[in-house]
Amino acid sequence: MRHKEPFPRQSREDTVTVLVDKETRLLVQGITGREGEFHSEQMLDYGTRIVGGVTPGKGGQKACSDRVPVFDTVAEALKETDANASIVYVPARFAPDAIVEAADAGVPLIVCITEGIPALDMVRVRAYLDQKGSRLVGPNCPGLLSPEQAKVGIMPGHIATPGSTGVVSRSGTLTYEVVYALTNRGLGQTTCIGIGGDPIIGTDFIDALKLFEKDSETEQVVLIGEIGGTAEEQAAEFINEHMTKPVIAFVAGRTAPPGKRMGHAGAIIQGGTGTAADKIAAFEAVGVPVAEHPEQIADFVDQRHG
Amino acid sequence: MKLHEYQSKRLFSEHGVPIPDGGVATNPGQAREVTERLGSPVVVKSQVLVGGRGKAGGIKLAQDSDEAESYAREILEMNIKGFPVRKVLVDEAADIKTEIYLGVVLDRSARRTVMMASSEGGVEIEEVAERKPEAIKKIIIDPFLGLRGYQTLQLAKEIGLGKEQYRSFGRTARGLYEAFTAYDASLAEINPLVVTEDGQLLAVDGKMVLDDSALFRHPDLAKMRDVDAEAPAEREARQAGLSYVKLDGTIGCMVNGAGLAMATMDIIKYFGGSPANFLDIGGGAQADKVATALRLILADESVKAVLFNIFGGITRCDEVAAGILEAFEEIRPTVPLVARLVGTNEEEGRRMLEESTYDLMTANTLVDAAQRAVSAAE
Repeated sequence: MRHKEPFPRQSREDTVTVLVDKETRLLVQGITGREGEFHSEQMLDYGTRIVGGVTPGKGGQKACSDRVPVFDTVAEALKETDANASIVYVPARFAPDAIVEAADAGVPLIVCITEGIPALDMVRVRAYLDQKGSRLVGPNCPGLLSPEQAKVGIMPGHIATPGSTGVVSRSGTLTYEVVYALTNRGLGQTTCIGIGGDPIIGTDFIDALKLFEKDSETEQVVLIGEIGGTAEEQAAEFINEHMTKPVIAFVAGRTAPPGKRMGHAGAIIQGGTGTAADKIAAFEAVGVPVAEHPEQIADFVDQRHG
Repeated sequence: MKLHEYQSKRLFSEHGVPIPDGGVATNPGQAREVTERLGSPVVVKSQVLVGGRGKAGGIKLAQDSDEAESYAREILEMNIKGFPVRKVLVDEAADIKTEIYLGVVLDRSARRTVMMASSEGGVEIEEVAERKPEAIKKIIIDPFLGLRGYQTLQLAKEIGLGKEQYRSFGRTARGLYEAFTAYDASLAEINPLVVTEDGQLLAVDGKMVLDDSALFRHPDLAKMRDVDAEAPAEREARQAGLSYVKLDGTIGCMVNGAGLAMATMDIIKYFGGSPANFLDIGGGAQADKVATALRLILADESVKAVLFNIFGGITRCDEVAAGILEAFEEIRPTVPLVARLVGTNEEEGRRMLEESTYDLMTANTLVDAAQRAVSAAE
């Protein structure tokens, strides 16, 4: 086996093993909105500790059947609670502000579910967050799920079960499909990370791979990519150089035509780059098996595992 | 959203990019009038949202107004790669000495806006990237500092411009970057940017792609959308809030979620079939959305079977099944249908579909569903 260099430790270390667990104390930005309140109820029912909500102008109220206090600003919420993570359900035109507000208040982990944020806004937001040291997951993502510990996002909790496989994906329902298939085979997960389908995102494949490599519970990783950009090619390079744990990949969009946006803002083949063929070749070149279809992912994990 | 050449150049020009004098014509008479105003020679250019206009005969140099009128007549009757020509741009012909490339793009891996320039103008930048990548010079732009003067000077020197062009190149580059940010573009490109015989810079061709997510900030630009550039079904889907892309296969797909929709197309291909479309119905299970989606799929005459692939997460499978059945009441499909519902309340959802009066095959796994759809379409 080829010697792998451990990746350099970054100054920004995470306070939790793989982003969220029982110690996560969550703030919900946009908690009184339709989406925000619905998913907050779901997260509470799953056992996630939601310590507060934020909606400008609604400070002092209670949300989710009187279970969660609401504050006007993130800074106020942080004075009254011991929140260490925030989730953003705010509409696209206000979401950049919400993310920056959370970073400015010092929230170390920010998960943004919102779809449709202008890309140039995200360039600025991401650059600002890098200065502040906050980690962003998303936007346009289903969030995070550590089975039986915490659900921070919109993934259906009951399809996941605790285990040793880390899952990272640019997609939503495709992730659920894969997680569900793993669970049905008795192959549980450490954490499922939805990094989002936008061109400019916070946490990327490499960031997630670093977390899984470092996590003592994770034994193998499933990476679900799709057409557009070169994040999968970069991930393949990182796997080759730094990962000691096995990685199994899937790339959606083998049949996608060039120049057409396939739903996600980031899923587009442009100027000949971003094709599934290139991404699959990059993984195969470094010995990462690529499944032909979602159900085969569970077969591959099973083989690696057993 | 793509803008036409004449629209892009107008926006560039508002930010200080020098463009040739010209005018848009929708009929040959107008082309003559524009030519008479400009003086000859002129270039008559088809305005379609597709590359390779020149090679297709959609760009012609006219020596006088008679010639401009007849070229305009010819070009306005053309259909270039499936795009009908509705407008021509009549531009003053430039005295070209050299051609360069200048573009601003969103670079996903750098997470920044990047300006690219090349001495190899007049050909597609992708072709240059393939053939002579060292000829493409790039600078990364800080989102808070913007484009700086030293950066444009560096680019000008690297692509071999003469001292006499440094200032005008800086002005042009700044204008292009300003237009890119002002209108929330994902691409703004001048190709070629020509150096004329008397040493002036002139943006002879321009292209701009806007970020659809930012159109709410630019209602005027949103109105510039060329509906001819969209397939009618894609337009209807966009207006209904569905994400639909027509493909040339025979199996219609209705899926919730973009990634799963692509994976569904891929598995159809894997089992020897061909997908007729990409379609993401999004979250929820509203019957009206399912009905619109189904209507779009069935309007495509090459569709021989339809595959529903629904993962019920927060949305329950029984709700989705109810939505599908309600949609069938409105649109009575006549092609074979295969449904695979999985996730929350899947048994109930499947039972509802199986007990309905519609001829619907259900499948438990995606593999099974795809194989059934492929054989049904044969």
